[in-house]
Amino acid sequence: MASLIRSWIPLLILQSFLVAIAFGSKEAEEFSEALLLKPLPDRKVLAHFHFENRAPPSNSHGRHHHLFPKAISQLVQKFRVKEMELSFTQGRWNHEHWGGFDPLSSMNAKPVGVELWAVFDVPQSQVDTSWKNLTHALSGLFCASINFLESSTSYAAPTWGFGTNSDKLRYGSLPREAVCTENLTPWLKLLPCRDKDGISALMNRPSVYRGFYHSQRLHLSTVESGQEGLGSGIVLEQTLTVVLQPETTSVETNMQPSWSLSSLFGRKVVGSCVLAKSSNVYLQLEGRLGHESKNVDTEIEAHKLWKNADFDLSLKPDRVLRESSSLLFIFDIDKSSDSEPFDLGLTWKLPSKWSCQQAPLQATRFLMGSGNERGAIAILLKATESQEKLPGRVVTDGRCTIKANIFQIFPWYVKVYYHTLQIFVDQQQKTDCEVLKKINVSPSTDKVSSGMLEMMLELPCEVKSAAISIEYDKGFLHIDEYPPDANQGFDIPSALISFPSHHASLDFQEELSKSPLLSSFKEKSLVRSYTEVLLVPLTTPDFSMPYNVITITCTIFALYFGSLLNVLRRRIGEEERFLKSQGKKTFGLKQLLSRLTAKIRGRPIEPPSSDSPAAQSSFLSSKLIFKIILVAGAAAAWQYFSTDN
Amino acid sequence: MAEEQNKKPCRFWIWASASVVFRLILISFPGNLNLSSRPEVSTPLTSIRRLAEGYWLKQASMSPYAGSMYHGSPLLLSVLGPLTVQRIKGQPSHLLCSLVFVIADILSAMLLRGIGQKLQMAYGLNARLLGFLKSSRDKVILPCGDIAALVYLWNPFTIVSCVGLSTSPIETLAVILALFGAVTRRVPLAAFGFVMATHLSLYPATLAIPMIILLGYGLDAPPIKLFLQTRSVENEKSSTSTVTKQAKSKQTTHLPFLWKTVMHFLFWVLLWSLYVLVLCALSLNKYGGVEEMFKRTYGFILSIEDLSPNIGVFWYFFAEVFDFFRNFFLIVFHVNVLFMLLPLAIRLKHRPCFLAFVYLAISSILKSYPSVGDSALYLSLCALFVNELVDMKFSFFLFCGYLGISLLSPVMHNLWIWRGTGNANFYFGNAIGYACFQIVFVVESVSAMLNHDRALRRSSSNHGEVNS
Repeated sequence: MASLIRSWIPLLILQSFLVAIAFGSKEAEEFSEALLLKPLPDRKVLAHFHFENRAPPSNSHGRHHHLFPKAISQLVQKFRVKEMELSFTQGRWNHEHWGGFDPLSSMNAKPVGVELWAVFDVPQSQVDTSWKNLTHALSGLFCASINFLESSTSYAAPTWGFGTNSDKLRYGSLPREAVCTENLTPWLKLLPCRDKDGISALMNRPSVYRGFYHSQRLHLSTVESGQEGLGSGIVLEQTLTVVLQPETTSVETNMQPSWSLSSLFGRKVVGSCVLAKSSNVYLQLEGRLGHESKNVDTEIEAHKLWKNADFDLSLKPDRVLRESSSLLFIFDIDKSSDSEPFDLGLTWKLPSKWSCQQAPLQATRFLMGSGNERGAIAILLKATESQEKLPGRVVTDGRCTIKANIFQIFPWYVKVYYHTLQIFVDQQQKTDCEVLKKINVSPSTDKVSSGMLEMMLELPCEVKSAAISIEYDKGFLHIDEYPPDANQGFDIPSALISFPSHHASLDFQEELSKSPLLSSFKEKSLVRSYTEVLLVPLTTPDFSMPYNVITITCTIFALYFGSLLNVLRRRIGEEERFLKSQGKKTFGLKQLLSRLTAKIRGRPIEPPSSDSPAAQSSFLSSKLIFKIILVAGAAAAWQYFSTDN
Repeated sequence: MAEEQNKKPCRFWIWASASVVFRLILISFPGNLNLSSRPEVSTPLTSIRRLAEGYWLKQASMSPYAGSMYHGSPLLLSVLGPLTVQRIKGQPSHLLCSLVFVIADILSAMLLRGIGQKLQMAYGLNARLLGFLKSSRDKVILPCGDIAALVYLWNPFTIVSCVGLSTSPIETLAVILALFGAVTRRVPLAAFGFVMATHLSLYPATLAIPMIILLGYGLDAPPIKLFLQTRSVENEKSSTSTVTKQAKSKQTTHLPFLWKTVMHFLFWVLLWSLYVLVLCALSLNKYGGVEEMFKRTYGFILSIEDLSPNIGVFWYFFAEVFDFFRNFFLIVFHVNVLFMLLPLAIRLKHRPCFLAFVYLAISSILKSYPSVGDSALYLSLCALFVNELVDMKFSFFLFCGYLGISLLSPVMHNLWIWRGTGNANFYFGNAIGYACFQIVFVVESVSAMLNHDRALRRSSSNHGEVNS
């Protein structure tokens, strides 16, 4: 009995310990998953996966995490990251059809490739070091070449143009990075259920990567506890935004395609992730539809909302929320099970058409000029249709204006002439002071740092189009600095256009059930849009030539040196004779030498005479002896000094 | 004869003013015929666009050297900078800058003419002393000043670099000013020109040797031995020699070196360079001071950071060479400029002006960022020695070579950069050809000068023999 108890005691202790840990962290760490589905006006469907993981402030360092990924918390602790966002994107967000003035697009429309920005909580002098270490850590964590952002030529320190005013902010982007499933797998590993269970089980790789747009984002921010002794909490937000084209069988072109989760992803949701606090699926219907059904208010009529003349939903929504222009159906997937999987479907009955709200100005960027010597970059801002309806116009001195921030990084091999900056508003050139409110330039240094341009434009509200052009020279690189596919060209990262006076938010009038996705929509987010990545072809040298170039150039130098020296020391016959006749008179050194040799030999001095061969030979031998002595002396001196050391 | 002499200057002025008019016509073309972006005309050091960028950065209260755009002098920035932003309505931009460059060209030509006239006088004097011109009046001394000035004004290279908005006319002006000051023995002027030239483009620092010789020993003359020889012949004859001449000949067994003038010169150099440095320090007060300036100007010249193509050979070499050897080759190439200074100075010490020409030619070959403006300078200096270099070999071949290169260079550049049908080797081959022609030119001109001295010696000894 005693032995039984003795054997039970450690087990009991362990159990109680485990329970304590589990309880402690369950209260603290929270995970929630959500999926937002949204039909887009151009017959596509947007799926936005949203996972949020919260680790509350705690005072224990090196703590154990129940849900929160340890890799991320270590990252935050080690590099003192205050806020960070990393995104992997493929495809370009279509601002015209997919919207540009809602929280979804302003947060998830990202530039092609990898974009990383981070704010650090370290002294100013250590920010760059922290950034470099962070890029390496992330590079290992996400199997991507984020470590290329380490070099000072690829990142910048925006002051105000990025939207976050901090001098400890670093921003870098890699437009060339190919994003694929090897980046998604480590990203999924950070989720407690991975892609085994819950909403993330929908992420069937072929269907996710078949989409028109794919952006995988990781945003983390630390929350100060405000209490002494407590560390800071971390909020990790992981989103995956995909735009998919549902397969349609209908022949009618103006009919929106009907779809279901299984047709989009090839999978169904079977139950939620058990570790998630909440797991919801949202369906957002936008535009005209929302307006039509706005007057439907009561609960009973809400029932009609999901089965009406326009469309049919395959499942009954648990709740319906409405915003000024859109409807939100909320589904809880806890009820689904293996026998009854959750497979939401939308069937359109009538052709319908609506449009998305767009940002006040739509930005495109392009290159001008031809040839590999110089060119110009132009950013064109075009007023969109919805511009007049938008809130956030600033009226100063009786003038209605739109503010637009432009933030642009130039790699050093694009040598920008900032004095050539020209601004055209409605095809008329404007002087800087008219529209340019603020400008901040940090010019690039060759092979050391990249250039950065931040501009704040204040355009009149009735503007139709505004264009900015800036000239540049193309740099010439060292042969080692070219990538293997040098003739493909070099990428200029996307410019960021943000509208500081416009904020996008979706405010669903009802009290929200603490859904992280909806509360993140409720927050006012800066309206921003990224432009295209530009491909600049640079001149290449001949990569097979280094040896030839070295030898030919050295030959030129030899030619110069040799021929010039030859001309200088050339004597022509008569000149030599002249010298000889001069030499007879003044024999200076030679005479001295022969005298010296004579003394050594103990013979009387022989007067040197050119016509006696004997004297010649003796003189020669004396010369020889002198040379030998000289060499021996040099050798002795060398020996002496070298042994001295 | 007198009529002809009157006509000559008249004709000179006509041609000189014609060249000015020609320049004015060219600069009034809009866009300056796109010459300002030609790599042959504007280098990273002399490009006016980069200067405008530096000025813009300075106006935006940043260091003009921030970024890797501007690498010139801060003084040039404060003189030319305001002109780059001022626009006259209806006129091509940068018109004011172009006018400054035209004025610099005219001044250079006038100074060259002054140098040439001095040299011509010295040549005539020496020839008379040696007794060549006593009997034969038919052997005319060419007016080398007028010729050099016209060569300078009408040289396509000069015109192109003046119209193409590079700052090389100003650098040229500083160099010519230094030589003019030394030739006319205006020591402060010479020192000022020398300091400015060195400040603007570093390489004219080598001119210190010829200028010191010029101030110490006087103008170009045949070797001193010749005078001794002739004197001795004359003394032997002792028929017409006067007492003073004998005294003179005794003195000239050892040519006096005017230490006082040279010291004076060095003092002024010190003064002017202090002055320039103080001015630079004042204008770069907030942006890193003089140290930053040296790093961004001289450092940029010496470390050859910019690998954009030009008519020199360094850009491609350093774009291709392995990084490991970069420093080694940098040292080798720069030392090559210095290597020949001493041998040339020893051999040509009796002809300091010619020595200056050779130095300038060498530095224009081995410069890190050469342009045609440098060639324009040494070609017109070469014209100062038409009397001595009449027997130069390969002159037609060289002329054809320069012509061919200057026609081929834009073609090759176009093929490589704009059309993409050629590759870098096309343009580099051209640059190599240009370097070869320049080397042959320098070597042949030195050789011709030495041969000229030999011929003088031969004829003087013959002369002496005949006399005796």
